[in-house]
Amino acid sequence: MIPRFWRKIKYRYSLRGTHCKNCNSYFYPPRDLCPNCRRKGIIEEVNLPTCGRVLSYTVVWGEKGSPYVIALIELENKVKILSQLACRPEEVYDGMEVECTFRKYGEDGDAGIIYYGTKFIPKRGDGYVSKE
Amino acid sequence: MSFITSYGTYIPRFRIRVEEVARIWGENANAIKEGLGIKEKSVPDFDEDTATIAVEAAREAFKRVKINPKDVGAVFVGSESHPYAVKPTATIVGEALGIGNEYFAADLEFACKAGTAGMQICYAMVKSGMIKYGLAIGSDTAQSRPGDALEYAAAAGGAAILIGREGIAEIKATYSYTSDTPDFWRRDLQPYPNHGGRFTGEPAYFRHVINAAKGLMEKYSYSVEDFDYVVFHQPNAKFPLKAASLLGFSKEQVTPGLLVTEVGNTYSASSLIGLCAVLDIAKPEERILLVSFGSGAGSDAFVIEVTEEILDYPRNPSVRDKISEKAYLDYSTYLKHRRKIKT
Repeated sequence: MIPRFWRKIKYRYSLRGTHCKNCNSYFYPPRDLCPNCRRKGIIEEVNLPTCGRVLSYTVVWGEKGSPYVIALIELENKVKILSQLACRPEEVYDGMEVECTFRKYGEDGDAGIIYYGTKFIPKRGDGYVSKE
Repeated sequence: MSFITSYGTYIPRFRIRVEEVARIWGENANAIKEGLGIKEKSVPDFDEDTATIAVEAAREAFKRVKINPKDVGAVFVGSESHPYAVKPTATIVGEALGIGNEYFAADLEFACKAGTAGMQICYAMVKSGMIKYGLAIGSDTAQSRPGDALEYAAAAGGAAILIGREGIAEIKATYSYTSDTPDFWRRDLQPYPNHGGRFTGEPAYFRHVINAAKGLMEKYSYSVEDFDYVVFHQPNAKFPLKAASLLGFSKEQVTPGLLVTEVGNTYSASSLIGLCAVLDIAKPEERILLVSFGSGAGSDAFVIEVTEEILDYPRNPSVRDKISEKAYLDYSTYLKHRRKIKT
């Protein structure tokens, strides 16, 4: 697990994906090969926008840390990515403005490595309201 | 010369009220609120810890200025709740900020004054010309034993202070006062800290805070009249107000940086978040006295003078804006957030 996580740190800690210069497609998680252009693809690493909006979402129940929200997010440059949205299930709605945050992904038991990475939260003023 | 080039803060959105904790333990909430001057405290989300809070605070500090992260030569994270006993939090922060690899990193531990300890080291490293920028962070998800008095106050939050050769406020002088006073500790492998209870007052907090403030003023020829604001470490609301009055400061000079009533004691971040709240409203040439305190045993004091550059510096969202955005937890959900329920 350690080498696999270590290799992905750069892409998880920040929203760093890849871009095919040949067909102008973006990929997150990053891909080394463009599925559209194959060998003609020209892949480069790029930083993706840190804000976007919720296109669709689902709530996961019955797991550790649940309920939690998984959302399909359209970033400001129209790139779509799937991410956990750190908010309560009753707070999320389609079209909600969201932004990147740095959170824990999980940990390898009580004695193992802690995994960190990018999640999303409701943008300030859109869901971050005082609630009982 | 060393300056505060930028600052950022992060306060988790969840809160638990004193009434809710008192309800569980059969205590008189009004007496506790009156005694501590605390209404509620901040609580981290399930997936937040000292490292995530430190990254969020530091990212805000970088967002506010045009600085290449690779120009940062040192990262210090002060905390009493580092996620690992062995493995630095500072490297997680450095990686998340894109600082590169050519930087010095260390975790600091001195209970609630670990954040200002980093600030003093960055001040010295910048002043000596060793580094261009240094990042000092105080971040905590403070621990407290269920039913202990600490449970009303031990909160979560972070503040990042970017120190460089130019910026919004000059650090004119710094001074520390330290002694081996056993007042707050956590032994190896223990989940919760212990404290000296009533001992915490005179020989610990007041002795160190007052002597650090007085020592700084004497050594560098300042007097109480030279300061517009004063920020102390805030384990509760009463201690900093009493320290101010003992030194001759007015209540009005303390309250702009007094946040403990709304967020609790954010430990390593406590005095730094108070400083940031003052910087949110400070005007050029105003002078701030900052005095931290930690573990019964030490205080770092700073003279900070605001420069003209603060007028063009983006200060929103302010610390007080962030404090006002919140969601309340009941005690059982709080236990789950703090991982006090063992499964």
